[in-house]
Parts: sequence; structure tokens; C-alpha cells
Amino acid sequence: MGSRASSLLREEDIEEIKKETGFSHSQITRLYSRFHSLDKGENGALSREDFQRIPELAINPLGDRIINAFFPEGEDQVNFRGFMRTLAHFRPVEDNEKNKDPTAEPLNSRNNKLLFAFRLYDLDRDDKISRDELLQVLRMMVGVNISDEQLGSIADRTIQEADTNGDMSISFSEFIKVLEKVDVEQKMSIRFLH
Amino acid sequence: MEGSYWDLVLLVMEVWLFVVLGLIVLPAMFGVSLGFTDLYIKVLVKILEVNNTLIQTSRIIERNDDSMEEQIVELRRSHPKFHSVGDFTLCDAFYFCKKGIESIVDDEVTQRFTSEELVSWNLLTRTNINFHYISVRVTIIWGLGLFIRYCILLPLRVTLAAIGLSWLVIGTTLVGLLPNSNVKNWLSDVIHMTCYRICARGLSARIRYHSKENRPKKGGICVANHTSPIDIVILANDGCYAMVGQIHGGLMGVIQRSMVRSCPHVWFERSEMKDRHAVAKRLKDHIADKSKQPILIFPEGTCINNTSVMMFKKGSFEIGGTIYPVAIKYDPQFGDAFWNSGKYNMVSYLLRMMTSWAIVCNVWYLPPMSIQDGEDAVHFANRVKSAIALQGGLMDLSWDGGLKREKVKQSFKEEQQKMYSSMIVGQD
Repeated sequence: MGSRASSLLREEDIEEIKKETGFSHSQITRLYSRFHSLDKGENGALSREDFQRIPELAINPLGDRIINAFFPEGEDQVNFRGFMRTLAHFRPVEDNEKNKDPTAEPLNSRNNKLLFAFRLYDLDRDDKISRDELLQVLRMMVGVNISDEQLGSIADRTIQEADTNGDMSISFSEFIKVLEKVDVEQKMSIRFLH
Repeated sequence: MEGSYWDLVLLVMEVWLFVVLGLIVLPAMFGVSLGFTDLYIKVLVKILEVNNTLIQTSRIIERNDDSMEEQIVELRRSHPKFHSVGDFTLCDAFYFCKKGIESIVDDEVTQRFTSEELVSWNLLTRTNINFHYISVRVTIIWGLGLFIRYCILLPLRVTLAAIGLSWLVIGTTLVGLLPNSNVKNWLSDVIHMTCYRICARGLSARIRYHSKENRPKKGGICVANHTSPIDIVILANDGCYAMVGQIHGGLMGVIQRSMVRSCPHVWFERSEMKDRHAVAKRLKDHIADKSKQPILIFPEGTCINNTSVMMFKKGSFEIGGTIYPVAIKYDPQFGDAFWNSGKYNMVSYLLRMMTSWAIVCNVWYLPPMSIQDGEDAVHFANRVKSAIALQGGLMDLSWDGGLKREKVKQSFKEEQQKMYSSMIVGQD
């Protein structure tokens, strides 16, 4: 007797993930069940197709970018550790009270949440959102409903408002500045139960 | 020595058959219950209650179900250049991002194609996904249960099923030889009904029918939510229906071909099913003939795990005729009736059915519905679906059951893009 899912996850692994991400023991086992149910190939790792099989994600305009965020540079598979590491960005900040480790910045800090969002735009990871990159994301979100010219002027206006050093692109610090009043902690957090 | 050994075996088999036939098959055929199943269920409930071993459930996350517009306006509220519509802000992406991550952790659809998780363990290994060793006593009872289910109940049930199906094939073939008459129809009904009753015993099924006054009548279409092939046995225990479906090969095909000899069922060749007009015509012709039994259709088109009702295909609702909606809800405590056709083939599925404790379910006959003036088939289908979901305590979803195997339509993404665009440029 024993279950197929949780027998593959050892206690040491759970402890390590707990330290790294801040999720509780029960949250980790529940998320492992979910990971396992998405893993159709049953090889301990998720591919992009596994994510695409979720209908709500497949119809999300930014679906591909979100899926991309799970996969490290150039890789096609994400294991459970990587899965949890990415999800950890969305833990609410108040849950950190118990785990005060001053040395490491937690994955779900305001800064890291903003960095996650920044990377949705910054596809080539050069720490700048160029006009083209911004246009790409805009196009994904609006589909065919807005013309190229209109979209272009929206992109120009956005860059103009955010760009303080005149290099016609948005750096991470400029990104943070523009959004400094937005409640990032709440908007980029998911309420994980128990 | 050899001789007496075989004599003994034969004797045991004779006694066995006598017990089965006398105590189970015969009463079943006459619709009489000797009360064994009810007693068995009572005992089971007692045992499971006493050994209430809770395993975790509840959702993983709490989702935000506000509309796109509400959530994006909220997002932009604290932005320095706040316009509620007619502008784009960098934080708009947060909405899609959060929605996406939420769906990765917990989505509404993929869970419908696997078995429902239970609140407390019912002593079947298969339902214990997150097993933790609980106690010696529970393990002993589990072991005992295993022995009873596999060594006593399973052979009994297989025998019953075999008897039931052979009776169906032989009986319908014989009746099929008769000339068309009222007697033939009556005999056909009897044969079908008794066979399904035997099969129901073969699953230790305890079925409760509600609102029998709304039972489907001839010339109508009976429509129900689909969880497993056993749905047919459940419904046919209380009425005679004309089945609709694709004709198969093998044993299934034999049964189908003999059934249709005694009364009209609607079987299609695989190629015919692609032609929607031909299908619709045959169904129309069937219900036009008021002497034929009501058609039984499962508009979801595939098996769902009995926690929700998914999109009803409009085909059955375009034919005309009166729709008799039926809601079927299984009690998962005694056995999981859902057929996960991707994971199990028919044989392993039936084996799992026959080694469960029992199949306990409720059937509600809902008042008949017809298409209203100015209503289109899709709207009518949704109306019927909601009625069934409400009665059965199931979640009413618009997602297509076909998502079990196919990709979702991109038109849903386009809808979202359109909605978002109107927020950026404002209404035209």
C-alpha cells in the first residue's frame, strides 16, 4: 500500500522546498498531487504541452509567456522543484512572518514579484523592455482588435511615461518606479489555503 | 479419488448456481427484492462510519471571480495616470498573469476527467491517493474487505453478469423470431427489463428513483448526464428505452445486434455518425413513431466524473419532440462509477466496478421540457442542462466534455482579447 503520487516525494525534498519557497508541508503535498496530475507522461517533469492542456491557460492571452516563466533558459522540462520555485513568487507576503530569514530575499518579495512581471515583457532577458517587446505583449493581449498604428502609439506613450533616462526602453528600475503605488503584493499573490 | 474430487467440485457448482439463481436471479427478474442489498448497504455504512478516516480535501487556492473589467480597474486604481478605460498600463499584465497561475494550480476542467476525491476513506485502495498508515485496526478491516470483495463478491457478480447478458442475447434472438405484434413488444420489454435487473444485482446496485410520474414516454427523448456505461443499466431498470449509439465489434456488437432483433434501437455505423443530417433524420423518424420506446441520449458525448455537467451538444435538441431530462447522481462513498476511458479500458473498468462495495445512486425524473418559441437549440440545451445540474447537485459548466481529448477552441481566447481591447481604446 502507498500512493503513487506522494511516495515519489521524499521528506528531505519537502523540507528543502519548504526552506526555499516558504510553502507549508501540506501545501507542498497538495501541489505535488497537482503537479503529478498534470504530468501525463509520468516522467517527473512537465513539458510545455502539459501546461497547454489546461483549457483556461490555453485561452489566456499571455498563456505562452506565463508557461515560459516556468522553464529555465533553453530547457524543455521543468521538475517539481522548479515548478514550486516559480509558484512561490505568488505566495502572499504576509505569510512570511513565520519565516524571517534576513539573509535571503524571499521569492515572493515585492521586488521578485515585480521582476516576474517584468520578465513577461522582457523576452530576450536583456533587462530592458524595448518598444518591440512591448508591442509583442500588447499584440498578445489585444489580438486583432486594434490596428498597428494605434498599438504603436499606445506603446510609444507607455515608454515615454516610464522612460526617465531617455534610452527609449524601460529598465527594471524605471518599471518599479512607474508601478510604485500599485499594490503588487496583493495583485500578484494567490491565496493558498491551509 | 479422482472421481470423488470432481463430484465434489460439481456439487459445489450446483449449489452455487442454485443459490444464485434462486435467491438472486429469479427475484430480480420479477422485480422483487429480498432485501439482501439493503441490508448489505446498512452494514457497510455502519463500518465506514465507525472507521471514519479523514483524508484532506478542500480547494488548494481561493480564486478571485470578479470580471476582467472589475479586476483591471482595481489594478489601475493606484497608478499615477489613472484612466479607467481608454488607456493601457503596464500593470494590466498582472491580471492575465495571476489568472494564468491560478489556472495552473487549480482549474475547473481537467479535474472533471479524473475521479472525485473523497472526504473520508472508504477502505478501497484506489480511492486513497495520499495514503498515510492509519492504524492496525483499519488495516485489518481493509484486508478483510479486500478478501470479501475479490473472493466472494467478485465471482458472484461475474456469474450474475454472465447470466444476465446471455439471457439478453438468447432471449432477444428468440423473441426476434416472432412476427410483429403486441405480444412481441411485451415480451421484448420483459426480456430487456429482466436482463438489466440481473445486471444491476451484478453490481450490487441500490438505485432510488424520484418523481416517477415524470418517467419518459413513448415518442420522447430521454436526456441524462453521463458518468459511465452503467448509466444505461441504472436507467433501464425502471423503463424501456431505445438505445442510440455506434455499433461495435466483438461481444458488444453481438449484444447490440441481438437487441435490435426484438425491438428497434438506433445503431449507427461509424461512417454514418459523421453525417449529422442522416443521424437527425433517423432519430426524427424514430420518435415520430409513437409505438416505439423513448430514445436515450447522453448529450455530453463523453463520461464526466459526476461532480459537474458539461456542455450539452445541441444535436439532440434540434430534432423536436419532448425532452425528458433525468439527473443521475452516484454516491462516491460506496464505489466510484466514473469511467476514465483514457486510463482504463472497458474490461478493467468493469472489474473495478465489480470489486467496489456497491453502486449507490439517485435518479431524478424531471418534468418534460420542450423548445420554446424563438429559442434556439443551444439555448434550449443549456436550459435542460441547468435543470439537470440543479437537481443532481452538480456544477453547471459550459466547457465542452470533448476537452478530455481535444484542444480548446481559440475563439475563447479571441473573446478575451476583444474584451480587453475595449478597455484600452474605450467603446466605439
